[in-house]
Amino acid sequence: MFNYPKKLKYTETHEWVKKENDIYIIGISDYAQDALGDIVFVNLPEVDDEVFVQESFGDVESVKAVSDLFSPVTGVVCEVNEDLLDNPALLNDDCYANWLIKVEDVSETDEFLDADSYREFCESQG
Amino acid sequence: MKLLFEISSKDRKLDLIPPCDTEIYSFDDKLIRKEKLRLPEVSEVDLSRHYTNLAKEAHGVNNGFYPLGSCTMKYNPSINEVVASDKNFTSIHPLQPVETVQGCLEVLYEAKKLLCEITGMDDMSFQPAAGAHGEYAGLILIKKYHQDRNDYKRVNIIVPDSAHGTNPASATMVGFKVVNIPSNENGGVDIEKLKAAVGEDTAGLMLTNPNTLGLFDSNILEITRIVHDAGGLCYYDGANLNAIMGRVRPGDMGFDCVHLNLHKTFSTPHGGGGPGSGPVGCKDILKDFLPTLEVAKNENGFHFYQPAKTMGQVRSFYGNFLVVVKALTYIKSLGKEGIAEASGNAVLNANYLMNKLKTHYDVAYDLICMHEFVLSLGKMKREYGVSAMDIAKGCLDYGIHPPTMYFPLIVSEALMLEPTETESKETLDQAADIFIKLYETAISNPEKLHNAPSKCYITRPDEVQAARKPILTYQFKND
Repeated sequence: MFNYPKKLKYTETHEWVKKENDIYIIGISDYAQDALGDIVFVNLPEVDDEVFVQESFGDVESVKAVSDLFSPVTGVVCEVNEDLLDNPALLNDDCYANWLIKVEDVSETDEFLDADSYREFCESQG
Repeated sequence: MKLLFEISSKDRKLDLIPPCDTEIYSFDDKLIRKEKLRLPEVSEVDLSRHYTNLAKEAHGVNNGFYPLGSCTMKYNPSINEVVASDKNFTSIHPLQPVETVQGCLEVLYEAKKLLCEITGMDDMSFQPAAGAHGEYAGLILIKKYHQDRNDYKRVNIIVPDSAHGTNPASATMVGFKVVNIPSNENGGVDIEKLKAAVGEDTAGLMLTNPNTLGLFDSNILEITRIVHDAGGLCYYDGANLNAIMGRVRPGDMGFDCVHLNLHKTFSTPHGGGGPGSGPVGCKDILKDFLPTLEVAKNENGFHFYQPAKTMGQVRSFYGNFLVVVKALTYIKSLGKEGIAEASGNAVLNANYLMNKLKTHYDVAYDLICMHEFVLSLGKMKREYGVSAMDIAKGCLDYGIHPPTMYFPLIVSEALMLEPTETESKETLDQAADIFIKLYETAISNPEKLHNAPSKCYITRPDEVQAARKPILTYQFKND
């Protein structure tokens, strides 16, 4: 029932990753936005901030809870999706078109799951 | 129900506020506002009715069942209020000479002694005004302990993923870095993950036991030993003390400091009836760092003193003193056996209700629980489209307060129930019937629950708009 685009990689903390040349684009998955419910606030790093593998780089707040965003890579933020700050509901509308941050100078990456493994992981979450 | 602004009528007067009996000072004209303050103008009877009507729409423990998990909404015995209303407690000033308020110092001293006995700590400060404030003070104890030994590399506080949200928040406020560790399959601390997380950078561990799933972590001695062996200290979040008071002591589990929520465990009002009180207790190794002032006793009676390496004040004077009076009254009313009986009945009530609900609902961890338990409505949401939020809203139509929702975060569609020891079997049976009725409605008429509550004055507010575009002031019509 959730959408898991094949061309993306995923983490067990429900972020998606897409590599374009040397830049990693990061967002949250359909499963994550559905579990969160209506998202009302997004807190993102700034350009030039460093992010680290499996460490929090921001958070998303829904009417249910605040959840940390975990970075799938270690690197430097080169672009932030400012639209989300004013209109966090975009993440509910289309979580794959509306990425969170782009990261360059990546020195380390997490172990990524492909779409099928991630789907299995989500389905095992009950 | 109309707002006060809406029942306001121009120039209607109210006698509650006496006329000004002091000289009217004349200000410079440019400081004087040009328009009258737009305050509602109502008669006393209309004002009285307005607040009485508001009170009718509110729900407290005195109105009905209040199983708000993690909050220990037990009944607050009236004797606490009687004692705390005594003018010898209410007509004093925090700065008057200690020899004139020996009884009040004795209250602090006696409460400290008894709460140290219950928690297995050596000393305690009543300054923190609430739970998270107590966490903050407790973490400063840990920070000062390491700094006092010139150990500045200990910057990490380990927090399990089931922790109360205040734990990582407090650690961050104190300047620590939070290291999150996942739970094991039984909802407890994953020992291997803990071993991997500790090291020379570990300042301490924050834990509540029983944890937020209502489960007692039986590895607790090993957990605290692992942290101590790495040179860290162990902090006990006392939010769940109601499950164990009088039976197991955090000090004996290996914890070095604790905070208590007097407004939860020790029956002082909270949830709008506050103020709270979050005393911070510690073992001898930390007592020199406690907030100032502390109370002590010698041959001349009771006096205040400043701990040798005190962190300073975290609040004015001695904390919320009257809350301590109420908590002491509670402890003295129950006595040593009564305290243990209360925690025993809290656990019994939770298990009784859990087993009644298990016939219909999924329990997140199907084990014997402590004072609270967590239901997971993930399957219900998938199959019938009814969420934890819908069931919680449905409770309102039956006159019971909803359980805690969407916490802990590691359970999908979580509902967390804590009945407390002060509820009778009849109340629990009625509540179970209501929850089962809601379950059946989820299957037969999910739409009804999507729109619940239907019987409350305010039905289903738009929580998304309320969060995104809150309207925080009254909007006058002609503006």
